[in-house]
Amino acid sequence: MENEFGLYKLMTKDFSLFYGPKQALKSVSIKISANTVTAFIGPSGCGKSTFLRSFNRMNDLIPNVTIKGELMIDDVDIYKNMIDVYAYRKKIGMVFQRPNPFPKTIFENVAFGLRINGEKSKQVLQEAVETALHQAALWDEVKDNLNKSAMALSGGQQQRLCIARAIAVKPSVLLMDEPASALDPISTAKIEQLIYELKSIYTIVIVTHNMQQAARVSDKTGFFYLGELIEYDNTDKIFTNPAKDATQNYITGRFG
Amino acid sequence: MNRRSLLSANAKDKIFNVFAILCTGLSLLILVVLIGDILYKGLARINWSFFFNLPSRFPEQSGIYTALAGMFSLLLFTLLIALPIGIMSGIYLQEYGTKNKLAKFIEINISNLAGVPSVIYGILGLTLFVRTAGLGNSILSAALTLALLIMPVIIVSTREAIKAVPNSLREASFGMGATRWQTISRVIIPASFGGILTGIILSISRAIGETAPLIVVGALAYVPFIPEGPMDQFTSLPIQIYNWTSRPQQGFVTNAAAGIIILLVFTFLLNGIAIYLRNRWYKKTTA
Repeated sequence: MENEFGLYKLMTKDFSLFYGPKQALKSVSIKISANTVTAFIGPSGCGKSTFLRSFNRMNDLIPNVTIKGELMIDDVDIYKNMIDVYAYRKKIGMVFQRPNPFPKTIFENVAFGLRINGEKSKQVLQEAVETALHQAALWDEVKDNLNKSAMALSGGQQQRLCIARAIAVKPSVLLMDEPASALDPISTAKIEQLIYELKSIYTIVIVTHNMQQAARVSDKTGFFYLGELIEYDNTDKIFTNPAKDATQNYITGRFG
Repeated sequence: MNRRSLLSANAKDKIFNVFAILCTGLSLLILVVLIGDILYKGLARINWSFFFNLPSRFPEQSGIYTALAGMFSLLLFTLLIALPIGIMSGIYLQEYGTKNKLAKFIEINISNLAGVPSVIYGILGLTLFVRTAGLGNSILSAALTLALLIMPVIIVSTREAIKAVPNSLREASFGMGATRWQTISRVIIPASFGGILTGIILSISRAIGETAPLIVVGALAYVPFIPEGPMDQFTSLPIQIYNWTSRPQQGFVTNAAAGIIILLVFTFLLNGIAIYLRNRWYKKTTA
């Protein structure tokens, strides 16, 4: 048992989630290896975003949410043990559907995570911001404007800034909730390239409505339908030879 | 048929348009006449000595020195009391308080409190601070009363400003592992600061214009000294104006008009600052 857990970065076992009386996730069990990109696909309202948000307990912010089952990260059940949810979230980066930079300068946006950890040294902050912006492929575009408001950036730049903000604190997992759905094709291509490059450092889980995107960026794909994980396998297999009819129907566009 | 109904709709539109312009024009006209009348009567009276003379029984020698000093010290103590409590309450109700029936009940009551006639606050202040607490006709009694008066305004505007902060910013902050307090102090308050400040300034401009509660808690019309501490007796500009308007001599009426001009200038100035801050804040968060 111990060994089996140790192999995987993220793992759930019969994980169910309820919004009040309504069940949003039904006994989802999944194992996700480190340094891979996993894509969740499925029609709107199928529970894939809810599942993604469960990994850093963002659903705690919604009243009347109850959960059942296990959700382990690095062998620790984040719902059962008395973990410090704030300290824990620092290890999990999250990028949202719409770019949501703070109305602060570019520098302060990226430095936010370090500042709330109590980092005061100017040099440390400067280096961390620069590294994160390099990793997010944004440095060349903003290096002369670090003190300008982040709100002045384009949507695609804002989203890469949000990625920089998330990775500046060196998390081990990066959760992305439709990170490119509000962006134009060129910005989307940049984000996808970025996901490919970041894979060597982080374990990435991405929710997407765009099946070509799932096929392009991910190693493994999970198909969700009505709160259930219908099928989870290598991305090649899911898109060429899925085991379930529902998956086949969804990826060929027959429903959803 | 279609053409006819279109025409009549168009005519109704025009009639309403004219009606709206007339209504706006009327209220503007009244304002212009009032201000014009005050300026005509009082503008010539305003000079250096008007600001620095003590009140006197001769209208030409009277000034608003003690009234201004009283108004500012009153304002200072009022804000010292009302700001921390009001802003904290607003933050608590919006960010921490659970959204249950009790919270709803409190919310409605605070909104109602903002509309209670100010003289009621004066009577409350008289009973509670002047008599029961034994603070007498002091600046402190009046400041506590005015603080009660403007606190609902501060609470409501703080809540509105915080409510206007998009939820995506809260998610971003919590997603980074920020605690609730870090999210409030580093993200929500900076993002809503302009709105909170606007509410504060508008509440100040309400406080400096209040007369009724000050009369009830015992502001004096004739104070020949500058207040030196919170327990001193005091007067305030609206009280001084009120007192002058009730005198029969023409000279005091002129003084009252001059005092009103000064009070109006302060109010307009504060409202102007509020509008400026709101615009600046709006630009900063959207551009």
